[in-house]
Amino acid sequence: MKAAEFDYVRATSLDEVCRLLADAGDQERKIIAGGQTLVPLMAMRMARPDMLIDIGDLAELVGIDDRGDAIAIRAGTRQRAIERSDIVSERLPLLAKAVRNVGHQQTRNRGTIGGSLVHGDPSAELAMACLALDAVLVMRDATGETEMPIDGFFEASMVTNIAPDQILTEIRIPVWAGRRIGTAFHETASRQGDFAIVAAAAQIELADDGTVSRAALSAGGVAPAPVKLRAVEAALAGKRPDGPAVEAAIAGLDDEIDPETDVHATADYRRRVARRLVSRAIADAAMEAGR
Amino acid sequence: MKNVEITLNVNGRDRTATVPPRMTLVDCLRDMMRLTGTHVGCEHGICGACSVMLDGEPVRSCLMFAVQAAGHRITTVEGLLNDDGTLGDLQDSFWECHAMQCGYCTPGMLVASHALLEENPDPSEDDIREAISGNLCRCTGYQQIVEAVQMTGKRRREGASHG
Repeated sequence: MKAAEFDYVRATSLDEVCRLLADAGDQERKIIAGGQTLVPLMAMRMARPDMLIDIGDLAELVGIDDRGDAIAIRAGTRQRAIERSDIVSERLPLLAKAVRNVGHQQTRNRGTIGGSLVHGDPSAELAMACLALDAVLVMRDATGETEMPIDGFFEASMVTNIAPDQILTEIRIPVWAGRRIGTAFHETASRQGDFAIVAAAAQIELADDGTVSRAALSAGGVAPAPVKLRAVEAALAGKRPDGPAVEAAIAGLDDEIDPETDVHATADYRRRVARRLVSRAIADAAMEAGR
Repeated sequence: MKNVEITLNVNGRDRTATVPPRMTLVDCLRDMMRLTGTHVGCEHGICGACSVMLDGEPVRSCLMFAVQAAGHRITTVEGLLNDDGTLGDLQDSFWECHAMQCGYCTPGMLVASHALLEENPDPSEDDIREAISGNLCRCTGYQQIVEAVQMTGKRRREGASHG
């Protein structure tokens, strides 16, 4: 369980990171921030980069900024800082609930939101929350900055749509303006802090008449990548979120997910758990919105 | 694959070592600096035996390369001793409650509990179980570990109110 040899550079600026990535040639150069996903992959020799570019000390990649209609989180912000952030707990309660399920305190102290997103673990909680809320990802390379919607970023298990010469610098997460908004995040895992077998995220806004005016839903552990549950969202819109309406909306879930059997759970078990957890997340978010 | 000279502040003292970039922090602490109190267990971030404090926060030293820690402040289980080299109060409580059998997980448990008590001097049982949830123990069933942390918190609070 020792990583293969590599060269190490501690970056002193984002420009330097982009330059090193652009000049990689035949080398595989990888960015390391918290290393909580990458180091185990390297220890197991599933990743074998020629060079690690350490962005752990880059202050320009850290921070949480309230921009009114969105919260901008710099990619190198530690998960623990997100957990402790007043801006996040007040303005992005779904993200606040999700981050508590990410690993353990010792790993959240190192792990970053950007690292969690770019690795694309199929049960990653922060990816689910960002996907549910239609976050925008800001990427940079030596030629400049590009923005892309998070939808389409997660391609398969541990595969994301980022070029080898790009670095994720910022995640912009929209804040909903309404008053009657509720959120819920539920997951089942073998032990607290373990990888989720199945997880569900919900953010729901109710209109004055108590019907759903807006729903954002996602699930993890149910496909090779986290899934935005568009059919269930659409089926809920305009409905009063009571038992029968949720039950009816959940009927569309089966077609949206594609779970696989692995050592932790069978595909059938994941389907059954997903139905219960998504229903529960919708009900709890609606109840919170109605308070 | 050049070796790199690094300086870490370990338990209040600057320590310099020349390490290959692929050397983990726990291997550097144990093999280069001879601080063998920190244990190396699973080597991929599951068991928590290698927990140390990095700039005041508990982290897993097997999930960090030593080069990443250059210029940062590390506290290992040895740093929890009293200045005169006797066991610190938390370590004393572990001894008194017999919060270990084989002792493999103990340095990680001590570091995780120390971090908790720094942040919350009066933790509930749930707080303690949450704080050590990233540390696996195969012997004790965790009960005596929880009791040892509670005992330390109680004694510190009593000491503070009497002092």
